[in-house]
Amino acid sequence: MESKGDFRAPVSQTPHTIEKPKDTSTIGGMISVEINEKKISVPLGTTILEACKMAGITIPTLCHHEDLCVAGVCRICVVEVQGMRTLQASCAFPITSPIKIRTSTPMVRKARKHVLELLLSEHYGECYACFRNGKCELQFLAKEYGIDQYTFGHVTEPQFEIDNSSYSVIREMSKCVLCKRCVRTCIDLQEVGVLEAIDRGDKTHIGTFLEKPLADVICINCGQCINRCPTAALRANDPSDEIWAAIDDPKKHVVIQTAPSPRAAIGEEFGLGAGHSMTRELNTALRRIGFDKVFDTNFTADLTIIEEGTELIQRLYKALVKKEQVALPQFTSCSPGWVKFIEHYYPEYLDNLSSAKSPQQMFGALIKTFYAAKAGIDPADIVSVAVMPCSAKKFECNRPEMNDSGYKDVDFGLTTRELARMIKEAGINLPEMPKSNFDSPFGEASGAGLIFGATGGVMEAAIRSVVEFVLGKKAEDIFEKANIIPLRGFDGIKYMEIPIGDMVGPVPKLLQSLVPNWDWLKGATLKVAVAHGTANAKKIMDDIKAGGKFSECHFIEFMACPGGCIGGGGQPIPTTPEIRRLRAQAIYSEDESLELRKSHENPHVVKIYQEFLTEGPCSHLSHKLLHTHYVKRGRYIA
Amino acid sequence: MENKKRKGDVLFSKYNRGEGIKKALSITREDILFELRDSKLKGRGGAGFPTATKWTIVAAAIADQKYVICNADEGEPGTFKDRVLLLEYPELVFEGMVIAGYTIGATKGIVYLRGEYEYMLNSLEDYLDSMRRDNLLGKNILGNSKFDFDIMIRLGSGAYVCGEETALIESLEGNRGEARNRPPYPVNTGYFGMPTVVNNVETLASIPHIITKGGEWYRKHGTDKSSGSKLFSVSGDCLRPGVYELPWGTTISELLKIVGAKDTKAVQVGGASGICIPKSQFDRSLAYEDVATGGSIMIFNENRNMLHVLKNFMEFFVEESCGQCTPCRIGNVKLLEGVEMIEKGEYKFSYINQLKGLGKTMQVASKCGLGQSSPNAFISILENFKEEIFNGNGGGNGK
Repeated sequence: MESKGDFRAPVSQTPHTIEKPKDTSTIGGMISVEINEKKISVPLGTTILEACKMAGITIPTLCHHEDLCVAGVCRICVVEVQGMRTLQASCAFPITSPIKIRTSTPMVRKARKHVLELLLSEHYGECYACFRNGKCELQFLAKEYGIDQYTFGHVTEPQFEIDNSSYSVIREMSKCVLCKRCVRTCIDLQEVGVLEAIDRGDKTHIGTFLEKPLADVICINCGQCINRCPTAALRANDPSDEIWAAIDDPKKHVVIQTAPSPRAAIGEEFGLGAGHSMTRELNTALRRIGFDKVFDTNFTADLTIIEEGTELIQRLYKALVKKEQVALPQFTSCSPGWVKFIEHYYPEYLDNLSSAKSPQQMFGALIKTFYAAKAGIDPADIVSVAVMPCSAKKFECNRPEMNDSGYKDVDFGLTTRELARMIKEAGINLPEMPKSNFDSPFGEASGAGLIFGATGGVMEAAIRSVVEFVLGKKAEDIFEKANIIPLRGFDGIKYMEIPIGDMVGPVPKLLQSLVPNWDWLKGATLKVAVAHGTANAKKIMDDIKAGGKFSECHFIEFMACPGGCIGGGGQPIPTTPEIRRLRAQAIYSEDESLELRKSHENPHVVKIYQEFLTEGPCSHLSHKLLHTHYVKRGRYIA
Repeated sequence: MENKKRKGDVLFSKYNRGEGIKKALSITREDILFELRDSKLKGRGGAGFPTATKWTIVAAAIADQKYVICNADEGEPGTFKDRVLLLEYPELVFEGMVIAGYTIGATKGIVYLRGEYEYMLNSLEDYLDSMRRDNLLGKNILGNSKFDFDIMIRLGSGAYVCGEETALIESLEGNRGEARNRPPYPVNTGYFGMPTVVNNVETLASIPHIITKGGEWYRKHGTDKSSGSKLFSVSGDCLRPGVYELPWGTTISELLKIVGAKDTKAVQVGGASGICIPKSQFDRSLAYEDVATGGSIMIFNENRNMLHVLKNFMEFFVEESCGQCTPCRIGNVKLLEGVEMIEKGEYKFSYINQLKGLGKTMQVASKCGLGQSSPNAFISILENFKEEIFNGNGGGNGK
């Protein structure tokens, strides 16, 4: 009857909530409720769970997640509502009339304990042999409710084979508690939809299309499901054993690059609150556990800005001056989850994707060429590791086309969580480490590279450089402190227009081989947009397809993960909007504390174009090493 | 079994096709709601929610679209009365839907037909066509320029849980058949988020009678709290199984006599999710105020093993749980395992008592009616037949 649009994955379960009134001062806008004989007033539509939080009462939850729609399936959060025969799931119950709630009655406590005992009876494995030991929500609840025996038994054999087909995400469904957070993440938050409940009754399990291995379905490897899994049913594919082996091998020269987002979040794994940047402490820790060189991914983020920015200028010049057919808007390509998403869902738009590699892969190619030559090391002996906030980076470094150095450009992608465990295993308490700097020859990087970690950051970095290139003015003269506020924050989609005006500057030396002057941009308005989370990306793509507002953009930043890299699938668990906000804040304040805040001002970037990529950005050599191509995957699997 | 049918004088009383719609269109919505409230009609699916209240809420709702859904997913083990209504009295069911549409302001009606009833699809579609030809369905019904209403039939795919109204709506929307959280209820947020009336086949079939003969006439039948009559699907150890229309308030022993049951040991009222009544309670009456039921009556005589009966029910629930909520998905497995332990004689009373406690948790903590009612049989059979089960032929004596 009603059509659900083009090819939206089936919704996991439509969120049927009551909308909260915009103005609670209207009559009926506030409802008074009694929780354990304490009276409070809450806005209409507040859930019992939220009301209890306001009243200072903690209700246990398992299937509930702040980022996701209501499920109400685990039943751990049940409470008594006076006058109702059954207990009510507090996460799912919107308050629309004055009610009396009791949160700790014999019936409630019994029910919660029963729910836990039932879940444990089917939850395979023992806690001490589990990577989520100490970080598992089920374990935490079992402890809180004093579970000291398996009342209803405990499975002794795994019910499912482990699916480790994917470079990024491993599924061990024997540990699944069917909270469906992964399903809601995949379908609703990311609108990818590779995971769904299959079968019913006691055979219910979470599976993929036709139960195919994850590597064979249209998973984009974003790992958001891992971040929201309460148990160890989902985890990233951990290469740390191989990295240890490389470190222990005296013949190997092991280098590591660290991305900005892991540095802003790894402190959480060591008991610090969210929002503590650990960049320089991490450098020391990495050297102590045996990495030979520590490099800053921000350096190639700066390089990405130059390459990607140049590519944009080339496209605009071709379209506006030479009147050639060029794919516009140009899309960013540094998020490998987004890249795989567009390869599956919008393969007809691959020409719009910047051919520039992601900073991780650019670095990989440079380490085994430029650095190897400079340091006099055989690239065959170099093991290149990248610490990323991301599970999709593991897939990215294993893409067959990523070997332009003649070797596998990046050998291993390591997540923030996995690195934290390696550091702990080495007996190091990260926050206590003395600070130290990155190694040369890449050394320093700019704040522009740093803010790549937050949604809108790539665009902000690009705009800082582009306005200086074109207008010949300081970015600080246009945007206060060079902070481009409209591109920051967590709105799903951000849009900005930058009028060029009639005053253009001279063409900088770096770009002189590409454009004669900027006169052709006079009076133009640069239109840019930013989307984070593939559900938002989908909205923009559908708008472009329909010829809407975003089809008139020139440059669009896409990040697969909500919040950008700081909310990546390799980041510490848990993730909430507040945690992501604090991580972003850490990145932005670090940027503001730096002298060097524009990619094109990075002296090491300038130097690499003088010494190595001498033909300039987007030249033959830079195309060989720093650019790539994509695969039309489509949505149908053989 | 349909030929063994006893026709009562309410639902199966004389009715002329089109009469209900004609009458309804000649009076106001308020008059219809008044008659309905006067009739005290309650939902016939089993839960017994007052139909007038449900309709009034949807009628009062402001929305671009509203829906009438006929729940014809007759899946409760032992019920087959909707089949008879749909095959032999489609005019009652469909006209009930049209009247509902007129009253609440809906233009679309959907019949959610049990997948196993696919064989009646063609004849039902033919019947709808004939209604369209007679202007009882479609645009400007019976010349009323302000009222359009049409009915489409959608097939279920065999999941028991889709008889639960919110799971039914999910299924209709093309999603996995799983119950929604309530509140909000379908009357506010139903099919595609729109206010929706979901009524059982039998409830809708009562409507044309109430409209033509009046609420007062309807209320004269049955008891004070349970007005009208009820269709019972009678099966099991009796001479004359089949569909019976009996007034509410009929006692179980009266019913047993009518259907020719002898040496009856137990009667399962309400299907697998209902309760098991032992001989000592056969004087109880079938009514909302005593033994409420959607109409399934299964009769077991002295030769039946009640533990096997229970095992059969539990196997059913283990398979038919939709699998989303913990108490129902895993709880039913544990209850079935308990039954198997008793069967083998390898059980401890303390554990069986723990399982009964678990059953009580399932009754209050499960997400939907399926999980909430699935332990009923476990609790009532183990309680009412404990001597047979624990000392007799039900297994060993435990440890």
